[in-house]
Amino acid sequence: MNTADQYLKAIYLVQETEDGPASTGAVADALDVSPASANEMIGKLEERDLAEHEKYKGVSLTDEGIVRAREALSNYCIIERFLANVLEVEEFRAEARSLEAVIDDTVAERLDTIIDRSSECPDCFDAETDACKYLAEVESENPAD
Amino acid sequence: MSVGQRVTSDHQLARLLQIGVVLEEVVEARSTQHHREMDNDVDAELGALLRHAAEESADHRDRLEDLIGELDAESVSYEEIEALVEAQYGNTKPEDFDGVLYDQLCNEETAYKFYDDLIEAIEGSDSTFSVDRDRVLDTLRGIRAEEEEGVEEVTAIMERR
Repeated sequence: MNTADQYLKAIYLVQETEDGPASTGAVADALDVSPASANEMIGKLEERDLAEHEKYKGVSLTDEGIVRAREALSNYCIIERFLANVLEVEEFRAEARSLEAVIDDTVAERLDTIIDRSSECPDCFDAETDACKYLAEVESENPAD
Repeated sequence: MSVGQRVTSDHQLARLLQIGVVLEEVVEARSTQHHREMDNDVDAELGALLRHAAEESADHRDRLEDLIGELDAESVSYEEIEALVEAQYGNTKPEDFDGVLYDQLCNEETAYKFYDDLIEAIEGSDSTFSVDRDRVLDTLRGIRAEEEEGVEEVTAIMERR
């Protein structure tokens, strides 16, 4: 997943959580980057008509930005589900975050042929738990020893 | 969340190599499944392509597993992935020969892109690994070159038809 898609996904999730525009600080926190870096990338997303930034309010995705962000989120869900269900990785959230930059969309699509994902995806992604709600449910039913 | 492509630890490298193994296993299992489904009327050229794809993936898997073993990690068994491919095959199988060729093209292109990104992520890192870095890169570059040939091979067949 390229850097722009990682930003779109982060903005989308912050917007969902805050039910409004995402502050640059919250986006920077979500991506563990400096506010200056976040500002620079948000500017690039604006130039590509994927986001709109309003001073003192924050950044909102355009319709095209939302489509791209949802695709990126679906690919992220595939990576998490693949790590949790196929490789049986307990720390699948942290590993998905460390691997997402190296896993391309086409690779995620191939991995998708061996996992069982809900047709609701990515609407079933819960930003609070950083995982698909169904994956989090299974996890809470079968906590790691 | 980490932004940017870099492989910085043995653990991360092993995990990415495991993903490479799974991708190869998916190719091998899907090629075998296509061949089985079309057993009675598959033509010689397509049959040879599917057999070659399955053999080449098994060879790539062996080479990746050698590296994974040196990193003190475990691979994922072929039988496990084969069962997952079979479980989902009904929803994802191609409808005809063109679909099979397209699926093979996706397999080769995906594998090429995966190895290309992985090589770039290793080259972009100055971390040292417990397995010789040049050997990892040589292995991955060798596999990437074969995937590139695979893309050309499938594309040539598609153009002839």
